[in-house]
Amino acid sequence: NHSRFFSDHIPSSKMMFPHTTPTLSLVVLRKRALSQYAWWFVFVGVSLCLTNQAETGLPSAEEAYNFFTFNFDPEPQEDQHKGRLKRRPRRGEGEGEEEEEEREDEETETEDEDLFIIDQSARDFLEVTRAECMEYSTRVQREEELLFTPSTRPVPAYSKLPENVQPRYLEEEGLYVGERPPVSLSNQNILENRILIIYKFDVLFLCLHSIAVALHCSVELGVLSISAQTLTSKHMNRYTVGIGDSQGDYQLDVDVSGLVFSHHPLFSREHVLGVRLAQLCDQQLSRQHKDLNRLLSDKVSGLNGLRNTNEYRMCFIRHTRRLRDAEQEKDRTLLKSIIKVWKELKALREFQRFTNTPYKLYIRKCVEQASDELEQEAEVQAEVAELRAEYTEDYETKMSGYRGQLEEWKSWRRKEKVLKKKQKQRKQLSRDEEDEGSEEELGEEPVKPEAPEKPDLAGLEQQVRKKAAKIRRRPGEPVLLPELTTAGPVTPNEQCPRGELARREDVTKRSLYIKVLYNDKEVSRTDSRSLSTDFRVHFGQIFNLKIVNLPESIKLQVIYESIGSSSSQLAEVCVPIPESSVLTGTAPSEELEFSSNQRVMFNHEGVGSDVPFSFAADGSDRHTLLTSAKLSCCVSWAVGEGGVPLAPPTSQPAAGLHSGLRQRDAIACIGASGLNDMKKLRKWAADSRLDPNDPNNASIMQLLSVAVPDYFRLEQLQEEFNFPSDGELDRSRRFRLLRLRSQEVAEFRNLKAIPALEREISEKVFEDYECRLKEVERVDAKDHIDGHRALVAKYLQKVRKSVVNRFLITKHHFILSDLVIEEEIPSIGILGLNLFKLAEPKRPLKPQRKERKKVTAQNLSDGDIRLLLNIIRGYDIPVRRPNASKPVGARKGSRSYGDPFTSAHSSQTALQGSEWPLGQPVIQPFVEVSFQRTVLRTSTAEGPNPCWNEELILPFRCAPSGDYSTSSLQAVRDEVFINIFDEILYEVVEDERERGASVHTRIERHWLGSIKIPFSTIYLQSRIDGTFKVATPPVLLGYSKERILGSEGGYDAVRSPSEGTFLTLFVTIDPQLVPGDPIREKKFDTQETERLLLACELYEKDAHRRFPDRRCVTTVVDMNGKTVFVTRFIRPLTPPQELLDAFPNSPQETMELVARYVSFIPFLPDSVSFASVCDLWSTCDQFLTLLAGDEEEHAVLLCNYFLAMGKKAWIIIGSALPEGPTAYVLTQEHSRYLIWNPSTGQYYGQYDTFCPLQAVGCLINTDNVWCNIQVYAAPMRMSFDVTKPKCWKPFFSRTFPDPGLSSVQPEYLVYRRTDQTAAAELQDRIEKILREKIMDWRPRHPTRWNRYCTSTLRHFLPKMELSGGREVSEEHRVDVLIGCLISGFPLHLPFSEIRPIIEAVYSTGVHNVEAPSVEFALAVYVHPYPSNVLSVWVYIASLIRTR
Amino acid sequence: MTSYNPSVFLLMVNGQIEGANFPEYDDLYCKYCFVYGHDWAPTSGLEEGISQITSKGRDSSRSLVWNFPLDITFKSTNPFGWPQIVVSVYGPDSFGNDVVRGYGAVHVPFSPGTHTRTIPMFVPESTSRLQKFTSWLMGRRPEYTDPKVVAQGEGREVTRVRSQGFVTLQFNIVTKDMKKLGYDTTSTEVFMHVHKVSPPQ
Repeated sequence: NHSRFFSDHIPSSKMMFPHTTPTLSLVVLRKRALSQYAWWFVFVGVSLCLTNQAETGLPSAEEAYNFFTFNFDPEPQEDQHKGRLKRRPRRGEGEGEEEEEEREDEETETEDEDLFIIDQSARDFLEVTRAECMEYSTRVQREEELLFTPSTRPVPAYSKLPENVQPRYLEEEGLYVGERPPVSLSNQNILENRILIIYKFDVLFLCLHSIAVALHCSVELGVLSISAQTLTSKHMNRYTVGIGDSQGDYQLDVDVSGLVFSHHPLFSREHVLGVRLAQLCDQQLSRQHKDLNRLLSDKVSGLNGLRNTNEYRMCFIRHTRRLRDAEQEKDRTLLKSIIKVWKELKALREFQRFTNTPYKLYIRKCVEQASDELEQEAEVQAEVAELRAEYTEDYETKMSGYRGQLEEWKSWRRKEKVLKKKQKQRKQLSRDEEDEGSEEELGEEPVKPEAPEKPDLAGLEQQVRKKAAKIRRRPGEPVLLPELTTAGPVTPNEQCPRGELARREDVTKRSLYIKVLYNDKEVSRTDSRSLSTDFRVHFGQIFNLKIVNLPESIKLQVIYESIGSSSSQLAEVCVPIPESSVLTGTAPSEELEFSSNQRVMFNHEGVGSDVPFSFAADGSDRHTLLTSAKLSCCVSWAVGEGGVPLAPPTSQPAAGLHSGLRQRDAIACIGASGLNDMKKLRKWAADSRLDPNDPNNASIMQLLSVAVPDYFRLEQLQEEFNFPSDGELDRSRRFRLLRLRSQEVAEFRNLKAIPALEREISEKVFEDYECRLKEVERVDAKDHIDGHRALVAKYLQKVRKSVVNRFLITKHHFILSDLVIEEEIPSIGILGLNLFKLAEPKRPLKPQRKERKKVTAQNLSDGDIRLLLNIIRGYDIPVRRPNASKPVGARKGSRSYGDPFTSAHSSQTALQGSEWPLGQPVIQPFVEVSFQRTVLRTSTAEGPNPCWNEELILPFRCAPSGDYSTSSLQAVRDEVFINIFDEILYEVVEDERERGASVHTRIERHWLGSIKIPFSTIYLQSRIDGTFKVATPPVLLGYSKERILGSEGGYDAVRSPSEGTFLTLFVTIDPQLVPGDPIREKKFDTQETERLLLACELYEKDAHRRFPDRRCVTTVVDMNGKTVFVTRFIRPLTPPQELLDAFPNSPQETMELVARYVSFIPFLPDSVSFASVCDLWSTCDQFLTLLAGDEEEHAVLLCNYFLAMGKKAWIIIGSALPEGPTAYVLTQEHSRYLIWNPSTGQYYGQYDTFCPLQAVGCLINTDNVWCNIQVYAAPMRMSFDVTKPKCWKPFFSRTFPDPGLSSVQPEYLVYRRTDQTAAAELQDRIEKILREKIMDWRPRHPTRWNRYCTSTLRHFLPKMELSGGREVSEEHRVDVLIGCLISGFPLHLPFSEIRPIIEAVYSTGVHNVEAPSVEFALAVYVHPYPSNVLSVWVYIASLIRTR
Repeated sequence: MTSYNPSVFLLMVNGQIEGANFPEYDDLYCKYCFVYGHDWAPTSGLEEGISQITSKGRDSSRSLVWNFPLDITFKSTNPFGWPQIVVSVYGPDSFGNDVVRGYGAVHVPFSPGTHTRTIPMFVPESTSRLQKFTSWLMGRRPEYTDPKVVAQGEGREVTRVRSQGFVTLQFNIVTKDMKKLGYDTTSTEVFMHVHKVSPPQ
């Protein structure tokens, strides 16, 4: 039932709204086509028209209200079938039921009284019947009979139109069709269908039509207003100045045109009347203009003329007539009052004998036609008939009501009778029992209704006529049209009485101006204008307000000025803020009324304000008027140049708006700020297909028609885009830091996290860098000690800088192999090798060390890297010598090459064996490793050939910046010192008596020798494994070489050729670091021919392929960063003459001396000096000038000297321990080969077991390069005969002969004699520094110096130098050592800087002796060689007195 | 309380390597690592990772899905050297050798929010046809010495590459204090379109 509710309007609405009236439906019709609901209301209205037959009378306001607020229940089914439905009687139901019950009772009563008694059992009251249920189909059938259900199917166009008319589609014709509110299609269809059905009664359609027309004009009927206006204006009338567009160009134009007073305190009485008259006339004019009267009359007559009369139409007619009557009455009263006022005015003028106002009223009379009377008569007749019908109807309804009531009353009467009877019977049956509960209560006796009186139909006509006479002009009476003019004469001032004159004077004194307040702030004011005699003030001023803030209020203050007194505010008028569509030029001027309740009194003719006055002379009929005026002004939005409205966009509509509206609303689409963006607006207009013909869109279209400039001004924001000046950039520390880093300046190259803010960068950052820059010019003599070195250092810097720059450029060149790993095309040999590898045993008997995982440097941090040292064993460690020493055997006169170093040993060993006390160990050595000042030691072993087999783990802390990149790791200059010490226990006897009870011992350790391994070597090789020679001092006081022949005879034979102490070590870094990639020299500039370079490449490639482990060098990079063929470096060069002169008889010793000379040139690995840069070869003169170089430079120089000395010499490129890839020098002496280590000056036989050279890669000569193609690379197991093609592959062969390369070396070297005095000076300086240092290292103990011993040692040192450090003479000791326990040794170093000397002294640990009576001796000797090559000797000893 | 003046800004990257589209290959896994400038330092999270092996889906798209999470936070003082993620994809060839199937890199998006990136993947080409054949035979395709090569421009002119497929990554970016240090990366219009990196020539 409920679901059908909407399609069943006709009956159900009748049920639900029994009191609704046609009036309501009319009202509702006004909203047609405005909203969905409006459509629905139309339904209701129409249905009411059809069905509301029985209703009469108009609804009260309350009923109307109920209609719209009542909560409808879909209940009325029962009521609908009230008459037919049989209902079960039940007591206690509502009033409606009682009626039925009564009827039933009535029936039973008429049948039989006995039956009635039986029926009184309980069963009778509780009748059980089947539930009433109507079959659905029958119900539908019934409903169809009764109800009209319009179909929901669309209505065909032809049925909607009159015949022979084609439908028009306005939209397709290009006309603007406003958007309709959305209505669901089915609803629309239903309505269309319904109207079609209703259309059959064409009456109705016409009726509806005329009503609609009438309503259009009638404002008074607007009881309800759910109008479209409110619907849309809710969203339209608010606007805001967007927050973002404060620069928005908005302008309000306030036009203050004038002021007209409707009452003013200075009004005279005549003025008051005149104004009143003018007002009435205005009113009359406007009424006349509307002519409502005629409209309604027409309607009434039109309705009357319709043939089909029925109930609702009658209703309409009645209502319209009533309205018309009211209008007519108003007209008439107005006319009357106009005439009355005019009469008063005339009387007043007469009375006062002058006129103040120019008002004059004319009344025109129009004579009507003769039909007038007839017309009126007809109308009266019609009305009478109507009223009669109405009254009859009324009477009938009243009669029916009366009948019902009468019936009710009758039934009650009957019931009463029955009851009385029953009570009698009951009393007879059971007298004793009192049955009060069953006693029935009868309601109050209803009042007997009175019949309504018959209406007095006869009197009706009388009534109507009377009314007509009252409100209408009499037939034949002329129509009066009042007309007011202001042409009347005004009495001039001189003819007026005094009071009036005073008033007029007062008027002229008054002046007015208006303040314009925007948002409660005064923005401007009009000129002051004086009040004219007709109380009108004309300003005619327009104020243009450029606004920035949101308009909240615009106020106009009327300020009243009078000459001689202060100004006062008369009133404040609020002007509504215009909508943004209200533009200057089109906006109409508004009249704003205001009044002031100021009380003003005058003693002249002026009536004043808020003061009672009277027109009559006797003072009756008093009036009190307040000052009031009309201000005519206009506030609108200005129109800018080109017609652009300078109005802010309307604000964003509230959420939940119709989607259609949203699409149409520009603000909703692109936002308020978007309105200023012409492009956006244009886009939106295009998107929303804005109709250009729609008047609503006119402003937008106009806006868009203004061309958006499509040029772009580049300099518009130039200021903001200006880049900081160079000066600013230079001053910025951060930018400088960033720039230096990107230039890869050494100090900043690996800087991480440069602070984001300028203030976080301290000025100190650049101090080092700036210092370095200055240093290039200024030489720090203190650090470098001697001037020449400083110059060298400076030169080195320069070279280094240029090379680094060169290197940086080449570093950014890439070839394919740098980026892509690609397998080479496999050869058969490699395939075979791979096959062979498959056959290898899975677990070999001699396992090899496996490669560990390499770690990229980036992930490292402090503490991650550790240095692992495995100290395995030592050989031939010197042993202690007993205190009482004997003179050593005589020196051997001459030595052969085969046995160069075994001089004193054989003689010493013999005595030692016997002299050591039994039980005392020969020596107790231990190894101490120091690295970066971290010191670790092994346990103490015993004997000269100890076995420790201990692993020491040293932490590694990298470069100051914590940077673990490859380049910075390579640049680490720290060295690992591996020192061998002898641990000696002394028994300290403090008191002889305690000897048995306690033991006091003092531990002392004596340095025996050390090995230095630079960290860079370990890093580049990743592991160092082998037996190393320990650098022992030439003289070890208190120790001697020991040899126990008897015990290890067989081994001795192998060992015998060499001399010295050895240590077997394994050194590595954990985790394994990836060494830096070697740099391909090929990319450097070159002067070699292309052919040669190609041959070199092929040669090296071939060698690498066959023997990947062996180094083969054909081209190298010189100091200028150019690639040079290696043989160009080899050229015979004469050594200094004084070296050659030293041993004129012994070429052997000369060679040794030359080698020593070369080794005195300080060693400086390339990788340190040119961090992460390739190996650079310098020529010999450069080398001697720089006085620093690595193995290659030493080897080249030595080789060149040997060649000059007429020896056959080669450079060996190979690898050695511990330095790794290195260069040695090979010389041929008769049938045997000697291998020289150019960095130390030592030489070894080919078959020397302890030769540090481990592998030979190639030999280089002046003429050729030979690559080692033998199976073995170790010198012991190979042949050095380069003529054998099976063993050596020459570079230049018959197929590629030597093109005759010139040497890069100079023809001869110039040696400068070294200044002796400078050397002496340096000597003193070093000694002084070392003394201070030793004292510094012993902060807790006094350091005493034994002068005697020092001078003895100082004398001894030059002898050491002369003997080449080899001649061990110990006689110097004897006299010093009387009563002393002495331990000490000379150190021999090449001189480059002071720092390495200090480090070397420190590492010996002599200063660590803590015996209370210890004394020290220190002697330094600097021996100068040519070209500033200096040999430094430091003799340091500690003495402990034993007595 | 004094106003907080940061000296570094933080970039929090999480997301995932969603999957890949390699029309010709199956059973692939991928590795990723981040490449960033000197002023950057990871504060937490994993800088590199290796995913599981994934097989192609049975549906019509035949895409490979890893859904391999990324989660790392960087701190930095300078947007220069903005982190890039380098993804390299490996998988077995017809002989079962593990060969590289693609390299690709993309900058970590710099505006906060969710971003999806599809990177084209490419591999270096063999220098000759013969090498191509032998490398196929041996299962040793040309590879970059370091996958990080693809994140830099230097030296790329010497290589020739071939495109292989696409990898889709999804990033959720959160930044802190960028604005305080004067770097405004949030645009008014949040752009979410898929950013495509063109493969090198």
